Amino acid sequence: MQIPDSLKTKAEEIIFRYPEEHRVSALVPVLFEAQRQLGWIDNDVEKWAAEFTGASSTKVREVTTFYSMLRRQPVGKYLIQFCQNISCSLTGGLELQQHVQQKLGIGPGETTEDGLFTLKYVECLGGCSWAPMMLVNENQYFQLTIEKLDRILDGFKSGNPVPPDEPTPLLGNIAGES
Amino acid sequence: MSTKQALLLSRNFAKTKQAKIDVAMKHGAYSMLKKAMSMKPDEVTAIVKESGLRGHGGAGFSAGTKWGFIPKDKFPRYVCVNADESEPGTCKDRLILERDPHLLLEGALICAWAVRAERIYIYIRGEYFYPAKVMQQAVDDAMKAGFIGENIKNSGWSCSVHLHTGAGAYICGEETGLIESMEGKKGFPRLKPPFFPAAVGLWGQPTIVNNVETLAFVPRILEIGPDKFAALGTPRNGGTALYSLSGHVKKPGVYELPMGTKMKELIYEYGGGIRNGNKLKAVIPGGSSSHILTAEECEDLPLDFESVAARGSMLGSAAVIVIDDTVSIPQLMIWLTRFYAHESCGQCTPCREGTDWLVRLAHRFADGWGTRKDIDDMFELADSIDGKTICALGQAVAWPTKSYLQKYRHEFEALVK
Repeated sequence: MQIPDSLKTKAEEIIFRYPEEHRVSALVPVLFEAQRQLGWIDNDVEKWAAEFTGASSTKVREVTTFYSMLRRQPVGKYLIQFCQNISCSLTGGLELQQHVQQKLGIGPGETTEDGLFTLKYVECLGGCSWAPMMLVNENQYFQLTIEKLDRILDGFKSGNPVPPDEPTPLLGNIAGES
Repeated sequence: MSTKQALLLSRNFAKTKQAKIDVAMKHGAYSMLKKAMSMKPDEVTAIVKESGLRGHGGAGFSAGTKWGFIPKDKFPRYVCVNADESEPGTCKDRLILERDPHLLLEGALICAWAVRAERIYIYIRGEYFYPAKVMQQAVDDAMKAGFIGENIKNSGWSCSVHLHTGAGAYICGEETGLIESMEGKKGFPRLKPPFFPAAVGLWGQPTIVNNVETLAFVPRILEIGPDKFAALGTPRNGGTALYSLSGHVKKPGVYELPMGTKMKELIYEYGGGIRNGNKLKAVIPGGSSSHILTAEECEDLPLDFESVAARGSMLGSAAVIVIDDTVSIPQLMIWLTRFYAHESCGQCTPCREGTDWLVRLAHRFADGWGTRKDIDDMFELADSIDGKTICALGQAVAWPTKSYLQKYRHEFEALVK
């Protein structure tokens, strides 16, 4: 893939956060940003990241294969990351997994034929008190039910996304004040 | 509820636009940084030590003591804010990052002042897109307001603050794994000694790694004084804590309560009790890495580090997962071991291989071909990981696994073919 100017600009911004002699520290954030802009990381991106940060190509491959959010293959337009950890599984996550698989006609790791959705089951996303939760691309959704899940997926399908739960709603003894 | 007065760290969470610097400053943000900067760095460390503030990331180490480990003449020094919140059950740092980012920045800056650091990095997990966005805005605003940068408020002290995003790896919450990751590598935890990054940390320099919540308490300690802070909790457990309550309670949520609040009070009075009229079966008291406690073991249990440890588990990150009597522990075992198998970094053989085998064995019971020997094998396997790895992820999977098998062996036996 071609490295777009927007990525080069952003990469310069990122590398500025580290002392000049430690450019390689920018490697993960730079790859992360590349993926945000390009969708995935191919050999060209790895090569560019190596040259840009001064890391060896082996080291870059170590990093792209170690971190679970970095991917070396494309995904659908919307990546669904559905939490399968304890709190989400205790509170209805398993039924929702079945529902989303049926609705989209795909299993975990697969992409719908229209290239719209990729489904991925992931470990704890840090939304346990608002379980079950998922991310769709960069959008966080909490307290999922079948009805809410349908609304969210239909929203993306029709180009009218349901606004994400930002900020995370207040529960607990903090709620209700203002 | 009278307990609302106990809100200390989270008292501004519900205020509209608290993430904006002008609003935050109206509510006192950065006034404690000014106060700290009028004191000698060592005095600030002494106050934090006196307050009894313990690390809220999981280990519960005294924050002031950690700061005191910085060697005298070694510069430059760094502060890393551990915002890699990923211990299953834990979801409280998310609220600080989203709802009161300037409180965290102020705490991190006070820490940097106390240890004479010139850079602060906020290591934030990749999945926290929105929290990172809020945090970046807060950093930019604080820089414009002159709380970050060159010669802060004409003190002669300069300190910059930067975000560093992770990309999906639980192990990077381990402080030396975090540092390795920050150096552009796989997040392999480092061999100890040296035991503390305070001596040898980021790029080989003295580094303080503190959890988000821990640092966010620091401005409040300076505000109310270390004695008053300490008095809020129990001896050796200063202040309040953000308890992440999840699972089968009617009212899950993040509750800020004094350290030492009783487990049953949290579950029944605050959490509203067990859902659907079911019975309490067990509790995971401090994130998934902690030993499971039976309902009986939760009786009269104060949630502070020593009390939970005395009951054979740990307070960890104060992430309380409540489990009712509809749950099968062999099923829970699958979710537990699958997580650690996924997150094992692969550096140490016992953990890399052992976690994978644990998942396979756990599945045998659900699939109906588990044997009595598999129960013993699982225990032995967990034992062969426990204490035999570079970092604490080994214990983190071994301890709960062994506790599920010991306390609920009959449930595994019932599934034996």
